Order: sequence, then C-alpha cells, then structure tokens
Amino acid sequence: MSSQRIRLAVDIGGTFTDVALDTGEGLYTRKVLTTTAAPQDGVMQGIEAVLPEAGVEPAAVDLIVHGTTLATNTIIERKGARTAMLVTEGFRDSVEMGYEHRFEQYDINIDKPKPLVPRYLRLPVRERVSAKGEVLIPLDEAGVAALVPKLQAQKIESVAVAFIHAYANPAHEQRVAELLRQALPDLWITTSSDVCPEIREYERMSTAAANAYVQPQMAGYLNRLNADLKTRGFGCPLYLMTSGGGLTTIETAVRHPVRLVESGPAGGAILACHIAAECGLDEVLSYDMGGTTAKICLIDHGKPQSSRTFEVDRQYRFIKGSGLPVRIPVIEMVEIGAGGGSIATVDAMQRIQVGPQSAGSEPGPACYGRGGEAATVTDADVVLGRIAPDGFAGGTVTLEPERAEAALQAAVGTALNLSRPLAAFAVSEVVDENMSNAARVHAVEQGKDVGRRALIAFGGAAPLHACRMAEKLGLDRIVVPTGAGVGSAIGFLRAPVSYEVVRSRYLRLSGFDAAAVNDLLAEMQDEASAIVGAGAPGAALTESRLAYMRYVGQGHEITVELPVRPIADDDAAWFKQAFDAAYEATFGRIIPGMEVEILTWSVTVGSAVAPPATASQPKAGATADASGRRALFDADSTDYDDVPVYQRQTLVPGAAISGPALIVEDQTTTVVSRRFDARLNSLGYIDMHRKPAAPQESSR
Amino acid sequence: MSSNSALSQIHTQIMWNRLIAVVEEQAQTLIRTAFSTSAREAGDLSAGVFDPQGRMLAQAVTGTPGHINAMAASVGFFLDRFPAATMKPGDVYITNDPWMGTGHLHDFTVVTPTFHKDRLVALFASTTHVVDVGGIGFGADGRQVYDEGIYLPIIPLARDGKMNEIVLEIVRANVREPIQVEGDLYSLTACNEIGCRRLVEMMIEFDLDDVEALGRHIVENSNKAMLEEIGKLPRGTWRNSMRIDGYDKEVDLVATLTIAEDGIFVDFDGTSPVSNFGINVPLTYTQAYASFGVRCIVGPTVPNNAGSLAAVQVMATPGSILNAPHPCAVAARHVIGQMLPDVVMGCLYQALGDKVPAEGTSCLWNPIVMGGHGLVPDADFGDATPFAVNLFHTGGAGARPGKDGLSATAFPSGVRNTPVEINESIAPIVVWEKEYRTDSGGAGKYRGGTGQVMRISSAENAPFAISAMFDRVHNPPRGRSGGGNGQTGTVGLESGKVMRAKGTQPIPAGERLLLRMPGGGGFGNPLERDPGQVALDVRDGLVSTEAARADYGVALTADGSVDEAETARLRTA
Repeated sequence: MSSQRIRLAVDIGGTFTDVALDTGEGLYTRKVLTTTAAPQDGVMQGIEAVLPEAGVEPAAVDLIVHGTTLATNTIIERKGARTAMLVTEGFRDSVEMGYEHRFEQYDINIDKPKPLVPRYLRLPVRERVSAKGEVLIPLDEAGVAALVPKLQAQKIESVAVAFIHAYANPAHEQRVAELLRQALPDLWITTSSDVCPEIREYERMSTAAANAYVQPQMAGYLNRLNADLKTRGFGCPLYLMTSGGGLTTIETAVRHPVRLVESGPAGGAILACHIAAECGLDEVLSYDMGGTTAKICLIDHGKPQSSRTFEVDRQYRFIKGSGLPVRIPVIEMVEIGAGGGSIATVDAMQRIQVGPQSAGSEPGPACYGRGGEAATVTDADVVLGRIAPDGFAGGTVTLEPERAEAALQAAVGTALNLSRPLAAFAVSEVVDENMSNAARVHAVEQGKDVGRRALIAFGGAAPLHACRMAEKLGLDRIVVPTGAGVGSAIGFLRAPVSYEVVRSRYLRLSGFDAAAVNDLLAEMQDEASAIVGAGAPGAALTESRLAYMRYVGQGHEITVELPVRPIADDDAAWFKQAFDAAYEATFGRIIPGMEVEILTWSVTVGSAVAPPATASQPKAGATADASGRRALFDADSTDYDDVPVYQRQTLVPGAAISGPALIVEDQTTTVVSRRFDARLNSLGYIDMHRKPAAPQESSR
Repeated sequence: MSSNSALSQIHTQIMWNRLIAVVEEQAQTLIRTAFSTSAREAGDLSAGVFDPQGRMLAQAVTGTPGHINAMAASVGFFLDRFPAATMKPGDVYITNDPWMGTGHLHDFTVVTPTFHKDRLVALFASTTHVVDVGGIGFGADGRQVYDEGIYLPIIPLARDGKMNEIVLEIVRANVREPIQVEGDLYSLTACNEIGCRRLVEMMIEFDLDDVEALGRHIVENSNKAMLEEIGKLPRGTWRNSMRIDGYDKEVDLVATLTIAEDGIFVDFDGTSPVSNFGINVPLTYTQAYASFGVRCIVGPTVPNNAGSLAAVQVMATPGSILNAPHPCAVAARHVIGQMLPDVVMGCLYQALGDKVPAEGTSCLWNPIVMGGHGLVPDADFGDATPFAVNLFHTGGAGARPGKDGLSATAFPSGVRNTPVEINESIAPIVVWEKEYRTDSGGAGKYRGGTGQVMRISSAENAPFAISAMFDRVHNPPRGRSGGGNGQTGTVGLESGKVMRAKGTQPIPAGERLLLRMPGGGGFGNPLERDPGQVALDVRDGLVSTEAARADYGVALTADGSVDEAETARLRTA
C-alpha cells in the first residue's frame, strides 16, 4: 500500500492500548489503558485523542490496522465459549495427553496444561481414515445426529471437529460440519482440516480446539468494533494483524481467530524488518524488551524466520511444553522472562537469578515507591545511572534511587557481600547474559548464527541494555528507532496484506513428481490469493514458497525457499542442491549419500509493499549539545564515569556522540557504552557502531 | 571484599550460566540432526562438558535421567583408555559399551576433546539411542550381551577431523538400519563440535587459558549447596523393598538409604541376583536412576555436575540385577532401572513423610512392534511390508502429596511420546484406540494418574510381533499414606489371549494387540477426597460410579452431582 495514505494502527495489550497514526507527513502516537470489559472503548478513546492532534477527520482515514492479545487472554483466562470436540472414536484423550511427558524433569509437582475442552465434552464419532487418506471405517452419520441433542442440552456454542488423519482426507470432518450446520444453524464450527491441515494429532486437535474456543467472542468483538467505527464516521476497511506478520480481513479473522494470537510481538518483528530494509541491514537480531518479557527474533534479508508452532499460555517459567500448542503460521521468536520488572533473588548456590517473576506495574519495582520491595532490573538500571530519577515514562513516575539501592542490597548485596554498585551491576549482568544466552540457543534452534548481526532495539527497556547485549554477543552495530515505545503498533503500519497456506504432502526426491507439486502449489496459491485479493483489491501481489525438507529418517525439517515458477521433472536435482546448501549452512556438514524428503509446503501471497526509503548517513558534524551530565556505571572499569546526557528531540541527523553517553527521550533512554559511537541517521534513528579495536578487546 | 574479587565472582557466575547454555545448544543440535525417533521425537539423549580430568562441569537437561551419572562416569573411562596427553585436535572417540556408557548397546557415546592455545582444555560428550544395533533386535530376550548386537569398545571415530571409514563400514554392515545409525553418529559428532566451538569463544571472550578455576568453583559450590540441602534433613538410615515382575521370575529391589552429614548413601544390598534374560542393569545406570530419585526430592534445582552428583553415592552388590557384570544381557535394563526412584523414594518417605509421591507405572510402556522375515515367531510374514517401530507411551504416575498423579505421563523417564499419526505414517500399523483407562489410578485423597488403553493392528492384515518390555503386570504400583494401589497392566490380544509382559511374541493376522497400562498409586485416604472432585472424575469417565462408591465412599445422584446424605452415610459407615 502507498505510504502516502492516512493509516491508523491500534495494538491492544494486556495493560495498554497503543495507537499510532501515520498521515504520510507525520507520526502521532498515544497510549491509553486497555478497557478489558469492552476493549473497543479503549480503542475509541485512543483514536479520539490522536485524530484531533493530527487534525484528521475519521472519514479521511484510509485504513485501520488492528492487533490484539484478546484471543490469547481468552485462552489464558479460560474465558472462551462453551466448546465441545467431536473426535474419532478411540481418541478422546489425545488433546489432553499431549506429549505424555513432564516439561520440567526435577519438579515432581508440575501441572500439565489444562485442556480447553473437558473430557465429558469430547465426544466420540465412529469413523476412521488411514495415514494414506483411505476410509477404514465410514462415517457414522446417525451417530453424529444422535450427538445433536447432547450439544443442545450442554448449551454448546462452538464445536471443534478433529479426526485422525483428517489432514490426509478431510471428507469426514467436512461432512460432520455440514450435518451440524443443518441441525444447529447458530453453532460455530471449526474443522481441524481447515484450521491446521498438518500431521501430528495433538497439535492439530489443540489448534482446532483453541480456534473453536475463542471464535464466538472474537467474532462478536470484531463485529462490534467494526460497527462502532462505522457509526463514528470511519468508512475505511479494518484489517487484522496476524501472528504470521501479515494483515487479513475481518471475514478471515473470524474464520481463523486463532491466527490472531501473538499479533503484538509480530508487529514488533515487522517493525524491525522495516528498519532493517531502511538501514540496509542484511542480518539482524530484533530485540524487544518491555516490562515483563524480552522477545528476540532473527531477521535475514529483511524477513523474519517463520514457524508453524506457537504455545499459548506457557505457565511454567516460559518452558516449552507448559502451554497449549497452536499450529499456525507465526513469526519465530523466543520470549523469556526478562523485563524491567523482572525480580532478582539469590539461590542456594549463591547464584543470582533474575525473573521470570515480575513486579509488574503494581506495585512495580522498588524505585517506583509504590510499596514494591523486590529488587528488579529497573532498580539496577537506576542505581547504575542509566535511568534518571526524574522524567521516567514521560515524567509520570518519579523514581526513588534510595529504595532501589536498599532493595538490591537486601536481595543480592548482603547475601553475596557485594557493595553498591556491584550488586546492581551483577543483576544487570545476569539479565543481559540470560537474554544473550536465549538469543544464542534460539539461533541454533533456527540453524543460524548470532555473530555479525546488527541489533535493532525497541520497547521501553531495550535501549538501556542493547550495548551490553551487543558486547556479549560480539555484535558491532545497534539501531534504536524513533517511537520505540509503541513499536508494535508502528510495525502494523508496515505490514502487507498477506496470507500463508500450509499443507502436508509427503514426497521423496527419489520419487519426485513435478506434476503433483505443481497442482498442490497452484491450489495453495489460489486459496491464498483469494483471501489477499479480497483485502487488497487490485494490488500487485508477491508470492513466496517454502518446502520443509530433511534427510529421510530425521525428525526435524529445515526450510528451503523455492522459486515461484512451474516445477519441472528434472528439478529434483535443484531441490537436492538447495537442501544440501541449507543443511550445510545450518549444521556445518552434510551427510553424504543420504536420501532427502519433503514433508510440508507453504505458500504466502502478499500485497507488494513499496521498499522503504533508504536511510542515509548524513555527514557527521552536526552539533550535539549535552543538556547535562550524569554518573553512569561502566562495565569495563567497573566504576562510574561522568558522562554527557543528550535530549533525543534536540538531536538532528548527523549528530555524532561518542560513548560513554546517555540519550534521553520520553519513554526510554539509550545507553551508549564506552565501546560504541552513536550517530543520528537521516531518519532520526540512533545508529551505533563499535569503536575501532582498542587494546583491551575482551568484552567483559 | 575487594572490587576485583567481587567482579571475578560475577564473571564466574556469568561463565557458569554460559557453560549451561553451551551444553543446551549442544543438545539442541543433536535433536535437530538426529535420525532415530527416540532422539528426535522422544528426546532420549544427553550432552555435557567435562574438564581434562573427566569431571563433569555441566549437563543439558534432556529426556533421560538414565544418562545423568552414567554419562558423567563414562568420560573417565575414555580418558583411561586414551589419556588426555595422547589426544589431538580433530580426534573424536566413540563407544557403546554398556558398562562404560549408559547401560545398553543401543546407546552410543561420543567424546570430543576441545583445544585452545594448543592445549586440551575440556571434553564434550554426547549420547543417543540409535534405532538398531543388529543382534536379536531391541528386546528382553537376550541371554548374553553378545546376542544383543554390535559392540564397539572405546575407539577413535575420527582422527585429524576425518571420520574413520572402517568403523562406519563395520557399523553399517552390522545393523538393520545402516543409514539412520550412521546419520546419528554424524549427528553426535556435529553436536560436540558445536560445543567445542562455543567453549573456545567463551574462553577468548573472558581471556581464559583453562577452565580449572571455573570448574573448581562450579564443583565446590554445587557440592556445598547439596550438602546444605542434605543438612536440613533428618539423619538416619531407612530401608525399603519393592517387588516387581521381572522376566521369568519376580525381582525384589531392596534399598537402604542413609542421610549423613557428608551426603546421602544408597545401598541396594539384598536385591535379587542377575536374570538369565536381558533385563540386567549395569552399575552406572543403577546409579543414574537411584540418584535421580533422590534429587527429585533433595536439591532439585542444583545443576548436575561432578559436585552435585558426588553428594549422592549409590552402591549395588556385584552379581545382583542392579550391578550385573559382563556378559549379562542388558538391552532392557531400563525396565528395572526406571523402578529405582520409587524404591529410594520409599526410603525418603519414611524419613520425610509427606514430601514424596506414591509409586507409579515408572517403566515406560513402549511397544516395539515389527514385521519381516524371521521376526514374527511361529508365523509366515509373507510379502507384507517389513518394519520395526518403537512407539513411546506410558501409564499413570503416582499421586503427589497435595496433587493428583499425572495421567499417561512418563516418570522418571522424561521422554515424549511419538504421535499416532507419525507412527502410522512410518509403519504399516493402525492404532484403533488410545484413551484413558477408567479406574486405573489408585484411589486416594489425591488420585493416582490414570493409565491408558491402546489397541493396535496391522494395516495390511498381516501377522506382526511385539517385543514386550513392560512391568507392573503382576505387582501394582503401591499407594502411600493410605492411598490405594494403581491397577496393574495387561498385555494380550483383543480376542482374549493373555500375553507375556516381556519377550517377543506374535500377533496373528487379523488380531489386535490390546495393552492396558497401569495407573499410579494414590496418596492419602480416599475417604478424605473432596466428593465434588470425585463427581468430576465420574463425569469425565476417569472413575466409575461403582468405584466412586466402593473406593471413595461417594454416592452420586442421577444427574451426576454428589448425593450428600448418602455420601455422609457411606463415609461414616
């Protein structure tokens, strides 16, 4: 879409609703409290605050983009619809048994994720399809009819139909949906073969259950919001941000509401992609750190890693397996319990632990002076001089450094015999190390390397910790964009209208069948194009295709990007070569003579997004005047330096600042460490480069 | 404390965290590249880093407690055979010796030395369970380890960075799935390489020439933390005995556990002698599971390394089934080994009371099903598709003090299951049922975890075979604190024939295999269970109306709610 049009983005989070308005000439942002009971009210408040500021009438807005955590929260709080599941006879418990394992080995008291549909509402249907899609037991239609009174008696609002091997042959699921629709026209119906046509019954059934569970509420909310917008004079389309980083129409969102989970962080990743393109950065580590968690995402050549699994409601220290899996296209990222509010303690081995418990905003870190006594990362940042006590969060909170010091002394200093400021430094080092380690392990899980990447930092806490992260990870460049505090909403404005279709279809390269591949890809392209075409009529479309491949016998695939062109019979050699190249890049060495197979295919169609203007690097030399000085703790000397403080809004492109220094703005502060130089680029982003090798190059 | 020493203290912690992240990365690499389903789906693998003396400094938390001490000890054996001074950059060593590795031939351990500034500074080790090692196949029927497959002593797998083609060729020629096994040996090599690379990067970053000081810190602090935990416990000696099914005769597992100032000591003296079949346990594996059982209760958050492991010492009499000498058959050693946490927890229960869960199914109920020429006893397999697949599944776990037991969840093993849709895609089988087993969880104030029922047939109407390695068919998981026993498991045909719980047996064409897995033991008096919770269990079909009345003293009305008056009467009767 053209960037000259007037576009509005709204991101509903758990605490705040962020609004960003892009008029083509300026960006206007606003944060208001989320109104949980009727979320559309908060949206209206935010919009009504930001439009007059920009002098824009509702009718003049060309597009509204919306992302929300409502679907996620509905699941976390178990406040969804009264939902039943119809499953293949003999498989009532697959959706609850999950992986049959304990996600934490040494804790005998763990609780497994509670299923969204209790066992007595998981109803068996006599039918069975084989792995090859052949019917082993025909559908018992009379049995389905017999379930109708039961659904009525139980006041069921929404049903998930999830049969074994339905990804291979959806006929039974589709027929059951048809029968139910005839008998109960008001019932919401999800079939697993529609929402997630992929092998592995637990993930597919869990996805279908989650979709059915959130569907009535999400549909109701979205339709109310749309109606409210219309009555207020907005005539433009409303698009939804999906977890995969694309925009979609209300109709598609209502059909697959489960694809709306995690749309906020997806917006952040899209923002990072956009910045990467603007700044010409090929390999990027996107780093979003807020009050409770940090999100880390790898971006190569302007694109984030995509994944097909996400866990909602990880209840145990963000550990894998402690949440409910949903198999949908998502932007791959790792989220860990490391934010400004993360609490520091000392364990039995005298090791400092930071997070995942968070002090939240109430009572908040000790330095807020609102009764919080726990020592948090923000307290450490205050003691280390990174945050000025006055002017925090645009002047809304005055911080009390004495409370921060006292809390750190009590939680860490006394136990470890560390004096101020080392207690604070230790807490900060541990959280930075946690995030760095998460980035490293995440990278290997994706088959990527962290080194050589540029760091893009946004979210309230990230600019405080970005230099240290970069030092630990050996990165030489950091970009802190403007408007970092509402990064996700700004990201929504950069997203294309797009849709991803994923299908399982098994193929060995030794039995390569070009015709079948072409048929499949064409079918997937048609489905995706129809959805995107409805949302972006007449727009030029782009398409990308992926194959998920592995050696025969392995259990995990790597992605190989396919050319968008008809596949020829002799392309098996091309696939083999592309796979080998990707495998070697990931794991170091290929396995000679091993057969290769393709399991899953993905086609993404999107509206073309004009490449962003490239940021230029104005000649250094614009003057930067410090507004004051402050004592900032330095990791190398482990002592305070007296450093200049700059106000970001007074800096102009080309302004050059040599670390150590602090650059302050309303919602965050950028720490420029001793080892970095900063300069404002033509877009006003803070662009930091590591100083040329000094004699002491170790990055302690 | 001076600023410098305070700072080095912070750095030491950072490096310790880093070391743990490095072995996690090593393990992830193994999972991502592994071939056998046991590693890639179920997580049956381990990874760790050792100092040049062979002391373990960090280990990844993976699916297999059975590898904990076992792998920790194995690097010492490698160094005995190939002293550190003889190792060179590019060397990689391997073994699948059950007594020097993790207890059976299916587990290959690979060790790679790390060099920095031309000195050997550390070793990385990893272990994974490969799909096949030849011999009679994966099962309990072996009489000697020679029956059970190829046996590689500790030998070089690579020199100067080049894989030893002769070793690979011998391995390929001796196993049924040469491609997958070779692939796994590559994947073990690759994950150690990643570990080495990351360690060297860390040493450069922190300007270290060796990891001695760091290792000393890790080991000493972990040992100290364990001893502090142990110091909070009552001192004394407790004894517990548990009878299980065994192969051809029952086995008594007997433990004496002593809590002393300087550690916890477990002695399995009094345990039954070795078996004539493949369920014997090498000592390292006994030590692994016994110590895991202790650690679930004592010091669970202390990371595994030489220091924390040293605080728990485990002994077993040579010649007993828990310290079986070469050449005893050991392929199914996990069936016995996985029972050991229940045995030591029985001791800890006497010492600590209500901190310890009831007994559970404990050994995995993994049906190994197969078909092919000569594999199906007493049947003509004909031209049906040959296959062998290891399905990972499990019964119910014991009730916890304050919580119900986990249903159909592995304990003490931490492996994941293999999805039915995956199993049916890679093998010609059909699973007709996989559901909770009503009334299998032991009654209690907290109910034992529910077991599950599975029905399996050939997809081609052909005969097939099961290599059974199950227990708790004759001896149930026992409840604690007044809780009832879990139900025993059953193995048989749907048509009624009862089969043995151990050994390879045929399922004739047209028949279905029926497995009913045990439930966990209950905890506390069932008459004290919240009647509303019992009503929910009945609503969900986990407990029958009859059992609600007979075991819990809870009567329900026609609409399923609690009949208060009748319940009060039953509970006071």
